Amino acid sequence: MNPQPIDRYAETLARETRDSVSASAAITTEKRVDILARDFPDPDGLRRLAGQIKQHTLEHLDDYLAKAVRALRDNGVVVHFAADAEEARKLILGLLSERGVRRVVKSKSMATEEIHLNDHLAAHGIDCVETDLGEFIVQIDGDTPSHIVRPIIHKNRREIARSFEAHGLGDYDDDPETITRRARIHLRSKYMESDAGITGGNFISAESGRVVLVTNEGNARFSMAPNRLHLALIGIEKIVPRDRDLAVFLNLLARSATAQQLTVYTQFINGPRASTQPSGPEEMHVVLLDNGRSRVLATDCREILRCIRCGACQNVCPVYRQASGHAYRAVYGGPVGAVLSPLLAGERFSDLADLPKASTLCGACREVCPVDIPIPDLLLRLRARAKEEGVRTPASIPMAPFATLATSPALWRTAMTASRAMNHLPTAALPVKPLREWLKLRTLPEWRGGEFRKWMKKRKQS
Amino acid sequence: MDSATDKPAGRKVLFMATCLCDAFFAETAKAAVEVLEHAGCEVLFPEDQTCCGQPAFNAGDFASSRKVARHTWRVFSGELPVIVPSGSCTAMCGHGNALQFEGEADLGEARDFGKRTWELCDYLVNGLGIKTWSGRYEARVALHHSCHTRGSGTGAAMKQLLSGIAGLELREFGQPEQCCGFGGTFSVTFPHISGEMGKVKLEQVLTSSPDLIVSADGSCLMHLGGLAARGGRPVRVANVAEILRDALLPAPAPAR
Repeated sequence: MNPQPIDRYAETLARETRDSVSASAAITTEKRVDILARDFPDPDGLRRLAGQIKQHTLEHLDDYLAKAVRALRDNGVVVHFAADAEEARKLILGLLSERGVRRVVKSKSMATEEIHLNDHLAAHGIDCVETDLGEFIVQIDGDTPSHIVRPIIHKNRREIARSFEAHGLGDYDDDPETITRRARIHLRSKYMESDAGITGGNFISAESGRVVLVTNEGNARFSMAPNRLHLALIGIEKIVPRDRDLAVFLNLLARSATAQQLTVYTQFINGPRASTQPSGPEEMHVVLLDNGRSRVLATDCREILRCIRCGACQNVCPVYRQASGHAYRAVYGGPVGAVLSPLLAGERFSDLADLPKASTLCGACREVCPVDIPIPDLLLRLRARAKEEGVRTPASIPMAPFATLATSPALWRTAMTASRAMNHLPTAALPVKPLREWLKLRTLPEWRGGEFRKWMKKRKQS
Repeated sequence: MDSATDKPAGRKVLFMATCLCDAFFAETAKAAVEVLEHAGCEVLFPEDQTCCGQPAFNAGDFASSRKVARHTWRVFSGELPVIVPSGSCTAMCGHGNALQFEGEADLGEARDFGKRTWELCDYLVNGLGIKTWSGRYEARVALHHSCHTRGSGTGAAMKQLLSGIAGLELREFGQPEQCCGFGGTFSVTFPHISGEMGKVKLEQVLTSSPDLIVSADGSCLMHLGGLAARGGRPVRVANVAEILRDALLPAPAPAR
């Protein structure tokens, strides 16, 4: 039996890496529960409300998009649409090239990861520096983020200290404060040398056109303040109807992601620099990214577009804790990624059709999701889609024989009793492959097929 | 949910033994029947029952799974409550069927069947209105909440019933929301992750130094018990139905 790719990856993952991913995910999970219970009488009610607001928005996305675009334009923002990654890359490169931009600073954005922006800009001679500490480390290592909120959850400080040394950021020192200070000094000069700042966006209020950005390092602010151009790449699903809805989402986002009441910086961006403001970008562009989202909206898994990228489902997921994010072979890993990544893959769905199988369907992700996404249901729907489309994933066990047996009661009863013979067989001779797999790790109780039925019959007679 | 007070004692129930009890856990099924009878129920056992269909459902083979589900609700037809000594099979008959019969002509039947299907402890407490369970069982018990009982009445019902038993001490352990790693076919298609998850769970559970691990699902127990035994640290496991029954026995005689 060939194990699933994610299982294979987990098996080869360094124990040290697995343990640090696992421990840090577990701590955040625990703190999240504590802070929500402390601050709200009914956290689940709040999650459901947030889910309803997002679902409502998705069901009227055309209207809210139009409204958001109007509001953004009224604020002096130039709005663009990008249908896919290629269009987004082209658009962004065009905007930068037209203005002669050579150096860009970028704050953390999963949307830019999705379109592989850094590589594209680098290939065209534009230096794009990640300014979120985690993403900066990912960048100098030529790595990719393994967690939505904590891109370097898979690294320890010794590894980071070694990369800093290799990249001329001082002699080896694995003290976290030293590492941070060195990155800070390095990045400050990058902000001052840059010509443009690129950010993502956590929310857009359709009502006011406010773009909301949350960070803990203030790097989004720094990416904008000294530059004359601010460019934000934002998925079309990031819209919320009204400013007041932001209260619900901001209350949930930081608590779910990092167990903070609020992130250290929460910015509400009303457009480019106003004449009364001392600094800030003269030009602000928002690129609204589709990249498969409309297609997802048309499926029976559209609820996944409610996601606000908090990573709580990754933290709580026992499979993610064992496998880490890179096991998922996509920008988004963990439970949300197991749903979103194969959907966003479009015609390449079959390449990632094994992702939805990487779950015991335990439902822990559903319990923590701040927008109440029924992730296990969506995983099941995607498994069904893979089956319907005839996609073969490794280690799938054919179920048609089981269904035949389970709908033939007489045959079933005979099989139950006859299988008692297995008790006398050596493991290697067991006729059922999954049973042999089972026995590699575990003992199996004695087969007692038919015993209860017999007991029940006797009881009725007496 | 039905209130307990308007339900007559001595009511008839249909018993779904589950395929796992049929194959391995005869003792759990017997205990569940005796517990129901102790609670004043007449227990009927439809002979043609097989499995709820969950293996095929989890594999995404909804067509095969629906076939089995239809067979099951035909076998359990009528109005009587269907009692199951498993949170997982109960969830399959309820939420699982509702999902896989979306858009099917017999979604209504699926829903009706789901509404009548109860996990044993949930039925005792929330169906029959039993507030406490008597008897004696000398043991420190680590209660594992199986994932498919999330959001159902089972967890609280189990705790309530077990708390009433003299000599039984419930022990707390860390990260109770974490899955044991069984996951049906997941246990053999993701062998490494399944095994590691089980080890993590065992580690947590064993910090509470229990005499045995108890759950509403024999599948989790089969996985955890099997891992522990293979790992050279055997641990006793028992379905909650067996504890409820054994507590009623004249002398404390823990099963297994």
